[in-house]
Amino acid sequence: MNLHEFQAKELFARHGIPISPGHVAATPDEARAFAERIGFPVVVKAQVHSGGRGKAGGVKLAHNAEEAQEKARAILGLTIQGLPVRQVLVTRAVDIASETYAGILLDRATRRPLVMVSAAGGVDIEETARTSPEKILRVPVNQRTGLLAYQARDIMRRVQPDPALATRMASVLEALYRVWWESDASLCEINPLVVTTGGEVLALDAKVSLDDNALYRHADLLAYRDDRDESAGAVLAREKGLSYVKLDGDIGCIVNGAGLAMATLDLVTHYGGSPANFLDIGGSSNPEKMVTALQVITGDSHVRAILINIFGGITRCDDVARGLLQALDRMPIEAPLVIRLTGTNEEEARRILSERGISATTSMDEAVQDAVSRAQGVPV
Amino acid sequence: MSVLIGKNTRVVVQGITGRDGSFHTKGMLDYGTRVVAGVTPARAGSEVYGVPVFGGMAEAVKATRADTSVIYVPAPYAADAIYEAADAGVKLIVCITEGIPARDMIAVWSYLADLGKNAPRLLGPNCPGLISPGQCKVGIMPGHIHKPGRVGLVSRSGTLTYEVVDQLTRAGIGQSTCIGIGGDPVLGTKFLDALRLFQGDPGTDAVVLIGEIGGSDEEEAARYIATEMTKPVVAFIAGRTAPPGKRMGHAGAIVSGGMGTAAEKIVAFRKAGVPVANLPSEIPTLVKAALGGSRRDGRRPAKAKPKRAKAKTKARPKKAKRPARKARPRKLK
Repeated sequence: MNLHEFQAKELFARHGIPISPGHVAATPDEARAFAERIGFPVVVKAQVHSGGRGKAGGVKLAHNAEEAQEKARAILGLTIQGLPVRQVLVTRAVDIASETYAGILLDRATRRPLVMVSAAGGVDIEETARTSPEKILRVPVNQRTGLLAYQARDIMRRVQPDPALATRMASVLEALYRVWWESDASLCEINPLVVTTGGEVLALDAKVSLDDNALYRHADLLAYRDDRDESAGAVLAREKGLSYVKLDGDIGCIVNGAGLAMATLDLVTHYGGSPANFLDIGGSSNPEKMVTALQVITGDSHVRAILINIFGGITRCDDVARGLLQALDRMPIEAPLVIRLTGTNEEEARRILSERGISATTSMDEAVQDAVSRAQGVPV
Repeated sequence: MSVLIGKNTRVVVQGITGRDGSFHTKGMLDYGTRVVAGVTPARAGSEVYGVPVFGGMAEAVKATRADTSVIYVPAPYAADAIYEAADAGVKLIVCITEGIPARDMIAVWSYLADLGKNAPRLLGPNCPGLISPGQCKVGIMPGHIHKPGRVGLVSRSGTLTYEVVDQLTRAGIGQSTCIGIGGDPVLGTKFLDALRLFQGDPGTDAVVLIGEIGGSDEEEAARYIATEMTKPVVAFIAGRTAPPGKRMGHAGAIVSGGMGTAAEKIVAFRKAGVPVANLPSEIPTLVKAALGGSRRDGRRPAKAKPKRAKAKTKARPKKAKRPARKARPRKLK
């Protein structure tokens, strides 16, 4: 789960990371009122779950109340990477003397937290990692001690020549690590961490991604969930414990298991089709899951064929077949349905389906090719 | 021959009275696995399919000499179950549980690493377990699709592994051991570890590796194959069409910051001389070709060649119906 910038900054502030004062506004009028309270100049920033806000025109400077209102109006009308901007953060503009990147993430290779700092702050860190990885300083952290104060100081001294400033930036880094650990984050980022011309150290931007597996123990952070940009299907899938990712194509895919689901999408593409989604109904034998899956898929108006690919292991094919029939009883499915079932109890499953005149294949390649041609055959 | 588990493996099931735990205990028993104990703290003294249930791992191991644990405990309690298994002294811990917070696994890994030489091997979490066909199954895979043989398999996935195993079996290619390492970002056993085990196993002639997007364990494996491994490897990578920044079901299956793409992994394997299947259905053909004697260009360490040549005769299909157990020198670990 990703936090908005203003949410991440709230979280940072609770851990003692200095941020510039700001307010979230949902209308241009609100933005104007907040701007007047903060004092000019202000920065108006789009709050959407997407990167590249600056490039998309989602971050603007305003020198007076009218400008603040106008800029807010313009930004609130934007759609950035497909996401409508519903709110803006209005914050005091500062004069920047230096910019640093600071981030904490999980290093899968060492199975440890990793602190990354770069003097190339304020720019796309992924770009830096690609073009000049030597500009990124990395310190693996022992989780038992956490990021040690001296480690934080050492790394900041390498990007900030002024010792007093480096020490203050080190404190920010230590706090950022505490946010990462205590919130069960998968990523915490300040880009940029700035020193102002007045000698202030400030987190000018904030990015936090939380580990979905750990949300159960963070009721406070769950309140930050903003699912207004998710489709009804995506919300339903999440609430019912299905793993769903919406894609651009027209073949709705229902698969058990993440690896097989990914391979199914690859196969659809290989055979000239285009998958409408990733959907993993998981391992358990619960007919209800198939019902939910079909609800999610049929809620997507682009779907022109539905491909069900089940390899029964824990999932029993007969349960899948029963769930499918239950779903068909409850909702009409207009799109052609292609079913592939193999593994545990597959004979029973095929018998259940055949009683209702539904056929199922055992070959994944065949099923995918069939679904691709049916998707192409359905009139628009 | 097999790696990690065999006929004499003695299994204790943690979370044996739960829905998944009891269901798969039956599955393992039916397959012939020696499930000797179960643990569910609140249900000590009961039985599940004739398997005695203990209140804790230390008691269970002491009473039954179990050497391998399999964990079906719900995610919030799974890390504790791993610690308990490690402290009870089992040699192998197979954690099936999905959804364990990464932070818990960072702490678990650091604890296991501190045990040094005495550390048990951890497989998973979020994995289907492992199976040595005809001998022992520890996990949740459907046993009947497997067939004893001499191809090792290692994968981050569950059902995709079953898919590939099924196709191998239908093509007449049996398996020595199939290892599901799991779909999480923090794993006890990585591709590299599994490849080392197969490289040292006289019962394995070739390995199928099924990777997916996210992380760089496939690249690490490719480097090992290029520099040290003498047995042929065939790879498949799932997630070629996965969009960046989206988690594809598995907690670890995500292209983040432009890293961990399928394309990068495929390039890494091709550079290491490893054939990469475009479709799962191509895997059996590639395995047959790899076993067919034509070694990959001469970058294989010379010392291993004579041994391979011998192991590679065509006698295998005939011997497949239970060869007399030869007293081969057995390398442990």
